[in-house]
Amino acid sequence: MNIKTSAAAGTLESSDAYVMVEPSDTLEIAIESVVYNQYADQIRAGIEQVLDQLGVKTGRISINDKGAVDCVIQARVETAIKRAGGEG
Amino acid sequence: MRRSMLFIPGNTPNLLMNGDVLGADSLILDLEDAVSPAEKDSARILVRNVLRDLHYKGCEIIIRINPVETEYWTHDLDEIIPLKPHMIMPPKVSCAQDVKTVSEYIGRLEEACGFPKNTVKLIPLIETAMGVENAFQIASADQRVAALFLGGEDLTADLRCKRTKEGQEIFYARTRLVCAARACAIDVYDTPFTDVNDLPGLYADAQFAKALGFSGKASISPSHVAGINEVFSPTQEDIDYAHDVMETIRIAKEQGKGVVSLRGKMIDAPIVERARQVIEMEKAMFGEVEEDE
Repeated sequence: MNIKTSAAAGTLESSDAYVMVEPSDTLEIAIESVVYNQYADQIRAGIEQVLDQLGVKTGRISINDKGAVDCVIQARVETAIKRAGGEG
Repeated sequence: MRRSMLFIPGNTPNLLMNGDVLGADSLILDLEDAVSPAEKDSARILVRNVLRDLHYKGCEIIIRINPVETEYWTHDLDEIIPLKPHMIMPPKVSCAQDVKTVSEYIGRLEEACGFPKNTVKLIPLIETAMGVENAFQIASADQRVAALFLGGEDLTADLRCKRTKEGQEIFYARTRLVCAARACAIDVYDTPFTDVNDLPGLYADAQFAKALGFSGKASISPSHVAGINEVFSPTQEDIDYAHDVMETIRIAKEQGKGVVSLRGKMIDAPIVERARQVIEMEKAMFGEVEEDE
């Protein structure tokens, strides 16, 4: 799946994450999180797993995490990508 | 045991994360009214992931999907059925065909997932005048139907009357659903009491629903769960009486007596059945109980 356009999913409420995806020639993942020091690697691994499953090779993925658990972040990433790919 | 059912909006992570600590016997993860059309995709994926990764302890999981006349319901089931929820709640069910349509689609997904047939049960949400009139046909439409659920808010809109705390406007619907469900030997659940701050009103409404024969009641607020559980649980007096009934029956059988009485009242089959139901509830609430000496 390709990120054809900009799209977002999620909220900035507690336990949620706001995810923005945009087209790009390279793959870039930017993480902002209230638990960045403790969980940045785990969050990144979760995001990469979703990108893998959806076959996304390029795009700019920006996450603003408000303490969401992995499955919530992954859900928001998947939703944003599907919206950006025309499946939303 | 299913006394209380708590609605949780399907697109709110902070509520979804804590669903199993709110005391409800069942959680209804809502993909319908609590989710705006623009967020249907988001809620569906979120609920799927929550079911995949979180394990609600001691809670039955029910998913309220979108109505069959929308474009969403098949997408909801495509994502949710592989996670094997206990039940699916299709809303605005008005006839037996609505049930059959949903059941057939679930059946195909179950087969694709390798699940035994009828693994996932249905609890049709009846909230239209037509649905109330067709309650028995809905309850008996498919083996997958395990309970009926009354939705008072949409029903009163359809009836063109005002929804009141007293609930006179839904009395007919309540009794009709109880009769239809009991005729099919399935459970039946009452509509939420929507004034979150009126706990005395909640108790009165729940007690009335129990008196009519409902198995339990739904809530839109965690603050109502304890009250509903209390009302739909047997009292210690009920439990003691139920054990006395069963003990009296046991002794009568040993002595070869055909007719027995307890506290001056003849014990007949309905009394024994009620006692059996109370003891079943006791077991569900407190675990296996020791048999009386």
